[in-house]
Amino acid sequence: MITNMEKQAQAYEIMANNKDLNLKATELRLGLPGSESPEREVVVHGSAIKILVAGAKRGFSDAINGGYGVGLVKNGGQETDVLVTPKPALLEKKTQVSDKLNGQSSSPAPKQQVVGWPPIRSFRKNTMAVSHTKNEEKDDPKIGSGCLYVKVSMDGAPYLRKVDLEIYSCYLDLSSALEKMFSCFTIGQYGSHEVRTRDGLSETRLMDLLHGSEYVLTYEDKDGDWMLVGDVPWDMFIASCKRLRIMKSSDAIGLAPRAREKSRNCTEPNNE
Amino acid sequence: MNPHRKRAKTVDRVDSADSALVSSESTQMRPFPSKPLSVDRVKSVESSESGRMRPFKDKILFVDRVDSVESSESSRTSQFSDKISGFDRADSVEARVDSAGSTRMSRFPDEVLERVLALVDSHKDRSAVSLVCKEWYNAERWSRRHVFIGNCYSVSPEIVAARFPRIRSVTLKGKPRFSDFNLVPEDWGADVQPWLSVFSTAYPFLEELRLKRMAVTDESLEFLAKKFHGFKALSLLSCDGFSTDGLKAIATHCKNLTELDIQENGIDDLGGHWLSCFPDSLTSLEILNFASLNSEVSFDALEKLVSRCKSLRVLKVNRNISLDQLQKLLSHCPQLMELGTGTFMQELISGPVTEFKNMFSNCRNLITLSGLWDATPLYLPVIYPACARLTFLNLSYATLRSDELSNLLSHCKSLRRLWLLDTVGDKGLEAVGSCCPLLEELRVFPADPFDQEILLGVTESGFVSVSRGCPKLRYVLYFCRQMTNAAVATIAQNCPDFTHFRLCIMNPGQPDYLTKEPMDEAFGAIVKTCTKLQRLAISGLLTDRTFEYIGKYAKNLETLSVAFAGSSDLGMEYVLQGCQKLRKLEIRDCPFGNAALLSGLTKYESMRSLWMSACNVTMNACRVLAKERPRLNVEVMRDEEGGDDSQANKVYVYRTVAGPRKDAPPFVLTL
Repeated sequence: MITNMEKQAQAYEIMANNKDLNLKATELRLGLPGSESPEREVVVHGSAIKILVAGAKRGFSDAINGGYGVGLVKNGGQETDVLVTPKPALLEKKTQVSDKLNGQSSSPAPKQQVVGWPPIRSFRKNTMAVSHTKNEEKDDPKIGSGCLYVKVSMDGAPYLRKVDLEIYSCYLDLSSALEKMFSCFTIGQYGSHEVRTRDGLSETRLMDLLHGSEYVLTYEDKDGDWMLVGDVPWDMFIASCKRLRIMKSSDAIGLAPRAREKSRNCTEPNNE
Repeated sequence: MNPHRKRAKTVDRVDSADSALVSSESTQMRPFPSKPLSVDRVKSVESSESGRMRPFKDKILFVDRVDSVESSESSRTSQFSDKISGFDRADSVEARVDSAGSTRMSRFPDEVLERVLALVDSHKDRSAVSLVCKEWYNAERWSRRHVFIGNCYSVSPEIVAARFPRIRSVTLKGKPRFSDFNLVPEDWGADVQPWLSVFSTAYPFLEELRLKRMAVTDESLEFLAKKFHGFKALSLLSCDGFSTDGLKAIATHCKNLTELDIQENGIDDLGGHWLSCFPDSLTSLEILNFASLNSEVSFDALEKLVSRCKSLRVLKVNRNISLDQLQKLLSHCPQLMELGTGTFMQELISGPVTEFKNMFSNCRNLITLSGLWDATPLYLPVIYPACARLTFLNLSYATLRSDELSNLLSHCKSLRRLWLLDTVGDKGLEAVGSCCPLLEELRVFPADPFDQEILLGVTESGFVSVSRGCPKLRYVLYFCRQMTNAAVATIAQNCPDFTHFRLCIMNPGQPDYLTKEPMDEAFGAIVKTCTKLQRLAISGLLTDRTFEYIGKYAKNLETLSVAFAGSSDLGMEYVLQGCQKLRKLEIRDCPFGNAALLSGLTKYESMRSLWMSACNVTMNACRVLAKERPRLNVEVMRDEEGGDDSQANKVYVYRTVAGPRKDAPPFVLTL
């Protein structure tokens, strides 16, 4: 029985042949508070800099320290860029852990950016930030932006994906798509590929597939609760799904009863 | 060194040094083959000068020498009208002017010379002209109407006013470009007021002022509006320090205003009342751009303004202007050539294509379209009638997807310039390749630049598709999250005419995602194939090899932007040694240190500026540079005091004839 850690080690071996990339040290992990996540030395953005250090030996880490150690420019408080440093103190910072999850998981660390990178002028930055928020809030089908992007994260994967829920019509489609997207991140054999009819309360095909890999698909609904995917009718699901997460079964144990309880109590779709 | 060679060398320097004062982008400076004697004369005249005199060495002859000649003359020839008098030190080659012109070298009387030279527009050409001989120098300076100052600290307003007595139009650039990305603290400088003060006496008839990255206050705008009675055109790009109150002053007092172009500034938006300050008598407006202002203007005032300004050819409104308001505006100005729309959607009774189908039908001159905020597939067909004539389409604020773009572009056969958001994806770029064979410029901006977790956007394959369909591409700005060496090599083969190649792989230090190798070969391919390359911005994982290629092949390169690249000092050294035409070098977060900095000791005076931040440079090296090169300003931006060993975190080096800055804030040390 191989451990999770070793499985993930294999995952990274497969993903990157080039050992210089040192992906292990730079992996983005959604660690639980108090759990044993490997020590990270730089945040996800800084991981690229780590890559650079591996390849470029000379004095570059000095440059990093010199460059980033200096205080940040004052810019009238307009920008929200944060200075990145490789100092451990900064990296231990985690965002608020949702109480509802009973400390089961934490949202990803805040994006720590390099000052002035990518090189985009403030006007565009501020304008696109506003537009983007507008698009994400827009899920009224009548206005019809025609898309309903939700983030899909997978424990242990170095980056997230986004999927447009509007383009799928049932759990089957979603599960195939996710399977394709994340197959590179999972070892483990998928179970039988037989199709099951969609049934509100039975396990979805995806859960079958992932079961062998010890992952389950969960989603965060409008109330901020994390639920197992497949428990509610598809339309209700896409109306309430805010984000998806492929999490380890061991982490999901606490979810199942709440999910079923909630769906039992749920008589109508959540209103905004 | 024999004297002739000495002189020739100096002519070369004067050529390039003159661009400290006047330089421009497009045309190449033609080296002047003849008349080394003129330089010699300048030199000898200069030696009789006091004031700004420095002993002439066989180094760069700087603009001030030419100027100091100049200013000695102006006191003697203050009765100047149209005639130009030669210098008292006549010699056989360049004779004094007399009206008969019998002993002249040049065949034209001055009036003719001036008239001919008045037609020369390019700054580089004018710089070259001014170096031919005294006569031409004077003819040039009297006939010049527009001066371009690429670095406001390279020269003082007094020097400019002394040399060019008849300027009507000034373009002035201030802060280093990285200030756009918050790398330069506030209050760094580049205040426009000292310039305005000098101009108010020297050029009371100033008509145009174009500022980029300058610090502008409301008081300055009011000063401008009130002191310059014939003032016509104001353009502010990436400036900061002012508010809409300053715009009020402009609108109120500039009776002959033809242009008000406000783009992407750090402006304090206090409301849209400024637009209502245009008097009813103002009918001269030709260009009005307030697209980047957020507050609502009075539509009534705007409509009336547009109606009475019959020469209006550029109108770019802000997002608050609705579609039906836009329709009303367009009915008043069908002659428009450039339009920036407001928000491009609203709730309608019947539907956009019905209600707005005639919006563009009368706009037969429209060649540029921008804005299109919130445009959705439902509303885009409204612009189809205008698409066939469009040469520039700016969709960089419209979150279109590939199919939406594709439908739109099928109508846009004449496009030369296209700006997009990466929401269109690679498929959208395929459509660009197939629909726009005349395309010369493409810019693809990221919709979500700071969300590193997303893998949306465009990739190398979209870029390749465009290159296949658009062989005339010469300007590209491309933000992506993955790229390969092979793709860029293909792109270079397909589009050998690149003059501006700016590739931003958004994750710093990211290698070729397929081979995991550095991106050296990509940029190598670009510089080898695209011999006309003037501007290059590099990104991704890069070793010194990239710079070796650049130094070896990029012989026309003028501007280079480097971030998170290189392995050693050699990288920067390659570039400084190899790129003869380099004018602007901006570097951040690279492992270049003192040796690299000092390797450019003899080079920096032929460049406009050098920026190095978060590199490996120490204060010591900066001091050495400053000491060896008194005609450079070596400025270090510091946050704390340190000894000689401490790092110089932000270094800005530029040539100047104005000496050290007098207005440097406390955190800027001029060494």
